[in-house]
Amino acid sequence: MIMTILNQLENGQKAIIIDINGGRGLIKRLESLNLRKGKEIRKISSAPFQGPIILEVDGCQLALGRGMAAKVTVKPL
Amino acid sequence: MKILLMGNPNVGKSVVFSRLTGVQVTSSNYPGTTVGYTKGTLKLGEISAELIDVPGTYSLQPACQAEEVARKMLQEEDPDLVVSVLDATNLERNLFLTLQILEKGLPTLVVLNMWDCAQRRGVHLNIQGLSKALGVPVITLVAVTGEGLKELSEVMEEALKNPADYTPQISPMHDDERWAFIGQLITELQKIEHRHPTFLEKLEKASVHPVYGLIIASITIILTLQLVIGLGEFLISNFLDPLYYQYYGPFITETVTNIFPSGIVHEILIGTGYQYETSFGILTTGVYVEFAVVLPYILSFYLFLGLLEDIGYLPRLAVLVDSLMHRLGLHGFSIIPIILGFGCNVPAVLSTRMLEGKREKFIVAALISMSIPCMAQTAVIIGLLGVYGMQYIAVVYGTLFILFISLGMLLNRILPGESPEIFVEIPPYRIPHLKALLQKTWSRVKGFLIEAVPFVFLGILAINLLYILGIMDYLTILVSPLLSNLLGLPDDAIGALIMGFLRKDLATAMLAPLNLTAQQLTVATTFLAVSFPCVATFVVLLKELGVKDLIKVIMIMLGVALLTGTILNLLWSVV
Repeated sequence: MIMTILNQLENGQKAIIIDINGGRGLIKRLESLNLRKGKEIRKISSAPFQGPIILEVDGCQLALGRGMAAKVTVKPL
Repeated sequence: MKILLMGNPNVGKSVVFSRLTGVQVTSSNYPGTTVGYTKGTLKLGEISAELIDVPGTYSLQPACQAEEVARKMLQEEDPDLVVSVLDATNLERNLFLTLQILEKGLPTLVVLNMWDCAQRRGVHLNIQGLSKALGVPVITLVAVTGEGLKELSEVMEEALKNPADYTPQISPMHDDERWAFIGQLITELQKIEHRHPTFLEKLEKASVHPVYGLIIASITIILTLQLVIGLGEFLISNFLDPLYYQYYGPFITETVTNIFPSGIVHEILIGTGYQYETSFGILTTGVYVEFAVVLPYILSFYLFLGLLEDIGYLPRLAVLVDSLMHRLGLHGFSIIPIILGFGCNVPAVLSTRMLEGKREKFIVAALISMSIPCMAQTAVIIGLLGVYGMQYIAVVYGTLFILFISLGMLLNRILPGESPEIFVEIPPYRIPHLKALLQKTWSRVKGFLIEAVPFVFLGILAINLLYILGIMDYLTILVSPLLSNLLGLPDDAIGALIMGFLRKDLATAMLAPLNLTAQQLTVATTFLAVSFPCVATFVVLLKELGVKDLIKVIMIMLGVALLTGTILNLLWSVV
């Protein structure tokens, strides 16, 4: 089982969220948009010039800054 | 009787609100369109109730000011009924807030909006099962077409009559328990068929692609600009100019002249006559500038902006420019207030509420009020400078752009703290609803008319009075050295600068009769764009930033305006 962070996923790759390494504030914030432990996500792309990561959770697209994305540990599927 | 309309951002609460009350509120396809709340009344059978359109929030633990408003309203408004609106295509996430609301134990209805989209996406849901599990009725709705609206009103009426039957019995849960409960509901009640991605979905992906995304963005922006300016020009030369010069102008001049052949009243109402763009009569140039120069561009701008909003393009643009905006102390989503600013700075400053931090709000508000000219101003600048050639317009906008970038970078450096990272939902592309789009455009145009017309009349009246009372001579002596030495402008430009406090479009138009050179005109229009905001913007800045920050913005503004004007003037003299 190889773990990685959200930023490292290939475009189009699916993964499961294993952990969010942040404070309570960050965890709650991500959670309110349905990014939480155990959710399956798919990375869609990353915006140009080191821009945000775009991913899909349950058919809904989200954009997430790289700093935040780096705190999300995932297991690629 | 009081009813709150609540839900996640961008689920269509404002559409439901407009449908139920007949009160037109702006709705778009991006989260955070509603930042304040709107109230309206509706009749449900015999009952008259107040309906409040609450800004969207993902949870009752708020992350920005607009969300804070939502949480407070639920606590303090003491509603008789809460209508919780959900996006049926994204039930799992939407149910989190709904459950938090249900745990409050207030009479509640659950509305699954965008039911048509959900069905097209292959969502199958056991609605009765959901209703049973939540303990309140669940109603499906397609707000944009009105399908399901009648049933909703009937159930709302019932709920107000028998609140006890609509009060849920769900005891408060921890967040983890709540997610677990939702997970269980979804597994049991919802099935999603697999389908192939549609053309729109492929386009969605391309729009945020590092390469195709930038190509799509460039095409979209260039095309939008061309369309806005093209339609504006078309309306002016084919309809409004002929209307004014052939019918309205002669008619009004003759009518007023018959009643007041000469004297002050004639002077104020007609000026030197309708034939001259330079005659500042309320009923001649005043009317011409607002209705024949500005109005067509406002109409055209809001039509195409509305189209981009309703399709859902703006959040994608926000994602693309995110890393660039970070250099200015902002994140990508602040592009939305900035784009709104090109229409009018007032709604633009209001919309900064959807941003998270105070620092970010300050930077955006300062940048908008200094370096984003509103469409009214743009229209007059195009009319005034276009005669001399595109290069002068390019100088004005180029200067403003450089100012925007350098000011942003400077503020980012000197203000303590750092810009928050972007974290937003990107809504799917939707095919705009023509009727809704036209309604939105009309309500914005109407807003412009209501706002602009009184100020234009008052402004012209005030300037005339200043001249008649001799106050203008005194002011001229006072600022003349500043004007001529720094900006290279003649003394009589003072009138236009003072008008700048009231309306930027009219102020810019007032430069026309001064016989300025193209260079002077360019300097003066740039100075007007940067300097003091118009009074309407001033009021919202005060409301949004508070006195202390407003004074800061104004100090920066006056300094920067003088500096920019001077540099531009000097550079030009050297070249």
